[in-house]
Amino acid sequence: MSEPLLDVRHVDKSFGGLRAIADVSLSVHQGEIVALIGPNGAGKTTLFATVAGFLKPDAGAIGFFGHDILGSTPDRICALGLVRTFQIVQPFAGLTVRQNIAVGAHLRHAGRREALELADSVGRRLGMAALLDRPAIGLTVAARKRLELARALATEPRLLLLDEVMAGLNPTEIDEIVAMIRAIRDEGVTVLLIEHVMQAVMSLAERIYVLNNGALIAEGTPAAIAANSAVVDAYLGHGAAGKLQAKQVRHA
Amino acid sequence: MMPSLRLSGQRALWAMAGVAIIGVVLPLLLRSDFWLNFAIMVLFFTVLGQAWNILGGYGGQFSFGHAAFFGTGAYVTAVLQVKFGINPWLGFVLAGIGGGLVGAAIGFLSFRYGLRGSYFALVTLAFAEVLRILANAAAFTGGGVGTLIPLKQTAANFQFVDKTGFYFVIFALMLIGLLLAYWLENSRFGARLMAIRENEDAARALGVNAFAIKLGAISLSGALAGLAGAFYAQYFLYLDPRLAYGPGISVEALLVPIIGGMGTIFGPLLGATVLHVVGEIARKVMGDAVGLNLALYGMVLVAMVLFLPNGIAGLARRQRLKPKEERL
Amino acid sequence: MLEFSILLPALLNGLTIGAVYALVALGLTLIYGVLHIINFAHGSMLMLALYGVFFLHALFGIDPYVSLLIVPPALFVLGYALQRGVIGRASHGKDENILLVTLGLAIVMDNLALYFWKADTRTIDTPYGFDTVDLGIATIAVPKAVAFVAALLICCALWLLMARTDLCKAIRALAKERQGAQLVGINVPHLFAMSFGIGAACVGAAACLLLPSFYVAPDVGQVFVLIAFTVVVLGGMGSFAGALIGGMIIGVTESIGGLFLGESLGQLGIFVIFIAVLLFRPTGLLGHRA
Ligand SMILES: Nc1ncnc2c1ncn2[C@@H]1O[C@H](COP(=O)(O)OP(=O)(O)O)[C@@H](O)[C@H]1O
Ligand SMILES: [Mg+2]
Repeated sequence: MSEPLLDVRHVDKSFGGLRAIADVSLSVHQGEIVALIGPNGAGKTTLFATVAGFLKPDAGAIGFFGHDILGSTPDRICALGLVRTFQIVQPFAGLTVRQNIAVGAHLRHAGRREALELADSVGRRLGMAALLDRPAIGLTVAARKRLELARALATEPRLLLLDEVMAGLNPTEIDEIVAMIRAIRDEGVTVLLIEHVMQAVMSLAERIYVLNNGALIAEGTPAAIAANSAVVDAYLGHGAAGKLQAKQVRHA
Repeated sequence: MMPSLRLSGQRALWAMAGVAIIGVVLPLLLRSDFWLNFAIMVLFFTVLGQAWNILGGYGGQFSFGHAAFFGTGAYVTAVLQVKFGINPWLGFVLAGIGGGLVGAAIGFLSFRYGLRGSYFALVTLAFAEVLRILANAAAFTGGGVGTLIPLKQTAANFQFVDKTGFYFVIFALMLIGLLLAYWLENSRFGARLMAIRENEDAARALGVNAFAIKLGAISLSGALAGLAGAFYAQYFLYLDPRLAYGPGISVEALLVPIIGGMGTIFGPLLGATVLHVVGEIARKVMGDAVGLNLALYGMVLVAMVLFLPNGIAGLARRQRLKPKEERL
Repeated sequence: MLEFSILLPALLNGLTIGAVYALVALGLTLIYGVLHIINFAHGSMLMLALYGVFFLHALFGIDPYVSLLIVPPALFVLGYALQRGVIGRASHGKDENILLVTLGLAIVMDNLALYFWKADTRTIDTPYGFDTVDLGIATIAVPKAVAFVAALLICCALWLLMARTDLCKAIRALAKERQGAQLVGINVPHLFAMSFGIGAACVGAAACLLLPSFYVAPDVGQVFVLIAFTVVVLGGMGSFAGALIGGMIIGVTESIGGLFLGESLGQLGIFVIFIAVLLFRPTGLLGHRA
């Protein structure tokens, strides 16, 4: 097997006395869609923030695309091709949708015109054509989530870290965004996503990591994770295992 | 398919051309010294306000101490001239560089250590005060007594018998300010600066080196304020620590774009005009009593923040941009 | 070699003025701790209070210490009204807007004072103005000794008040958990204004203690506002004990600095401390906030 695109090794991160991430190791390979799941407060977002350079881990190593990115800054990591979205969406409220996306596009395009054009095409691809000239502050939750995705995508990344981009969406919107994520991957962008919407996780992810209380407790294919009833029952609630298996059968 | 931003950019260019034409013609119409002086002061405060606008309006970093840059520019010109006989036109350029360097130094310290919001505002104020105290104590600035620039009215000496000369200098500087703002609205640097204003973390996640961009903005802002300071020194030929580094300049620098509209190209011009027209009317109505004018400015500031946080320009923009959406 | 006999009075002097700084800063830190706003008009409120004390003395012959019964309540009312009527409505979701509004208020107060009362520096004469007490190791002016003791007493009283009374428990709950407080039916705007009012009253008390050994002029607030900020950032925004210790440190710094460097450069020390603390330890010496 080739060297992984993202290689997280034995990462530790504490907030005061709270050990938010405890000795976590995971890897994502080029072209994969990998999911990171676990109950609220498990440390998923913290792990993303650490990988993306927003938090400094207490210990461990993080490799991305052959570079050691531990201790690097978010902008440099982003320039290498690793971009994160925020669970709590962070739009540039006073700018239009197009201007929002163009900020991402500027990473690889210095010219204003090229950046705006790229922003345009990314926005259209994600179904935001009608919103491009709206100020971001007036968007619905679904549109804001999409804007997060669009901005990240406009940086033309190798690896996309998506933090609960489906939370708060209705089933139709979820189906749409699942299709988009799949299309994004098919164009060569690797995806690591945090998600609570199990149906989406099961249909999208090729591998799943399960995080609980800061530690990884399982890793495997969706089928294996779903079959791991101990994991599912303990960390996704009693009876969840049965439900997941039923879904898995339908999708197979 | 071309975005509307281009359109408004085009409109801004036309507006600038209009301003340029009016500005060139204006001195022919302004027959009295009083009105010429009035126009010069409006333009001067436009430049100062534009300097603040670059950092505060576009970058969201509110400075309470723009006098630090302004005063440095003023003293660079004055001291080089008086003590070293350096031509004030060269001094003018050096003043811009000096203001930019002070901006870079203050920015480096503040942004390196992550100062934001109110803390940044306070630390800039403190830096200006430090400079004021130093200028008060140092010998080469003339200390508290101040510095007089000797009268020698030749254009080569950056002194004009006819005020029209000063008018065109400050008018050119104002145009440069407009072009700078236009550039911010249509460049990667400006896009990144505005992204930082709106949400610094999100900008960083998208590959923006927030520290470098803010440093660039404060240097640019400082340079323009420094040039304004040099102009001030040449126009009034007198400086003291309070005029140069005191809170008065810092307050007017922020008041002007806040009234006109922060983060807009023409906001400072609009703000400076409104402020000085109101100020002049107040002077006519209430007499030239000390304090009244500034008290009025203070009330305007309070009223603007309370009722028109986007400035006068925001009135028009709100109607254009947000037909249905409610403010959050 | 500097004589101990020169250093000691400077130290004592620094401590007495430090106690008054602490009192002013206490008001600022209280307002910050509860409302999370930085009140730029704090110094100007002190200036108004000083004029209040001055005119009560000049027009009605009321002793500054008797004014302790009048001026702090008046400042309380002023603070309450300003917060309720102006400052509380200004934020539009941005802290900077509050800073701007309080800056605007400061400009209005300072310049109206300049307009009405001119730039003159005014002092008052009291029978005890030039009395001194002998502490054995040094002598100290009576008004300063009174200011020192009274400022400390008021600080302690306020501290106890905050710890004990129901009102202040509610205020402290509010400081911790704003939305929760709203949910359990606490009248948030009222309590915010109460906090602001109490903070303003501190300034009123400081004015009464200050004037017998100090002066008043329209720009006196500008001097104090930066000092008060320095004290507060040094002690840690929102920390009572920090304000007390910070006040003492700044008072002594100013006094000793003035001794070595002269009056105007002595002030430099304050700003250098201010900048250094903001840059390197923005939580202050005793602050909790990250
Ligand atoms: N900046 C922070 N300071 C202190 N604790 C934090 C911080 N960020 C997250 N935590 C804590 O770390 C734990 C993990 O949080 P998070 O990564 O957001 O979980 P998840 O995304 O899995 O829901 C939680 O207990 C949370 O309260
Ligand atoms: Mg999370």
